[in-house]
Amino acid sequence: MSGIEILQIWVAAFFTLAIFSFLYKDNPFFKLAEHVFAGLSAGYYVGLVWKSIILQQLWYPMMAGEWLLVFPAMLGALMFARLVPKISWVSRVSLAFVMGTTAGVFLVSQLNGMILPQMQATMLPLVLSEGAGATLMALVMVIGVISTLIYFYFSKEHTGALGVTAKVGVWFIMIAFGAHFGYTVMARVSLLIGRVNFLYEDWLGTFLLIF
Amino acid sequence: MRRVAPVIIAFLSGFVTVISFCFNPDKTVLGGIEPRVLSWVTIVGGFTLLLGVVSITRVNWQAVHRKKEGWPYKFLTLVAMYVMAVPAMLPSSWSPLFGDAEGSIYDWLFMHIDAPMMGTMFAMLAFYIASAAYRAFRARNPESTLLLAAAVLVMLWRVPMGEAFLRLFGENVPGFINTYLMNGVNAAVQRGIVIGAALGAASMSLRIMLGIERTYMGKG
Repeated sequence: MSGIEILQIWVAAFFTLAIFSFLYKDNPFFKLAEHVFAGLSAGYYVGLVWKSIILQQLWYPMMAGEWLLVFPAMLGALMFARLVPKISWVSRVSLAFVMGTTAGVFLVSQLNGMILPQMQATMLPLVLSEGAGATLMALVMVIGVISTLIYFYFSKEHTGALGVTAKVGVWFIMIAFGAHFGYTVMARVSLLIGRVNFLYEDWLGTFLLIF
Repeated sequence: MRRVAPVIIAFLSGFVTVISFCFNPDKTVLGGIEPRVLSWVTIVGGFTLLLGVVSITRVNWQAVHRKKEGWPYKFLTLVAMYVMAVPAMLPSSWSPLFGDAEGSIYDWLFMHIDAPMMGTMFAMLAFYIASAAYRAFRARNPESTLLLAAAVLVMLWRVPMGEAFLRLFGENVPGFINTYLMNGVNAAVQRGIVIGAALGAASMSLRIMLGIERTYMGKG
């Protein structure tokens, strides 16, 4: 292992331990790591946006003769008007374009790509030739979707048949949230194992090389 | 003018995008508008991120300049941001340290500082999730018992030792959890939530296009 590789491991180990130190209490090492992380993350996205959007989607195509791209460039430049209070309202033009276009895309994509296919996938025949297991699954799916939707329907008081269905919805939601929680816990624990493994094998391994 | 013009622009851009969806992008000019304006939105979004950088710089630099509490940390944020961003923006033809290729400053900082810290931040949530679970997971009523039972079953199912333990109750128990709990009840609820959220997003889109929802404009 070269000196630079050992340095890389020590840098990563220092920041890993600095963040874990928050488990004891807030301290200068955690604050240092937290602020460096915030700065690096912002810088990471700047690099990403610069290459994949500003250069690849705007600058290079414009240099190749696609002059219509002057319009989004101008709209983007107008966003900077927010920095000058007197003319900050000008940035609303760009914002309105982004909001309007996104709303148009969302309206179509949510209806066509989300609501209709999900509804179609839920409209299952309740008696299936594959056996009792498949029929039970179809029943769980249909009852689960309808009762969940009814639980989140607040325009009418949850009494009578609506109340009973909403109650079934709560049971379904509780089971799903529990399952989701268990899944998330295991994902986080898996990440924790990864970091502890790094400290134990990689970082402590360098001690044998150095000392 | 300051409030009406943006509403008209939002309506027109949204309306044209919706109409464009109804036409074939390969055969009609109108059909080709949607992908084009979407790429325009991405470009404007890119400028917005750069505006965010200016804003971060202004806020943090003011704190550093006025020596406010914790100013050295704010200075560190600025240094980290520019040390990461500036070399990435310079062409790699000038030096192998510039750009975003393997071996560049951008790549090194991401691989050896940013990514480990990101992993650690998420890993640390394991402790807080455990502490939250200790308080929330109490079988006080049937609903919380269901939550507790589902979480325990999934946690056991996700580790080999837990799976072996579940098999003591029946060879098919892990498969039962996968089929009926994850792909059955869980998928049904996720689908219900997705349909509800999509209906909400569609109605919000309509409100924005019709100028009923104007909060994005801010005050003034």
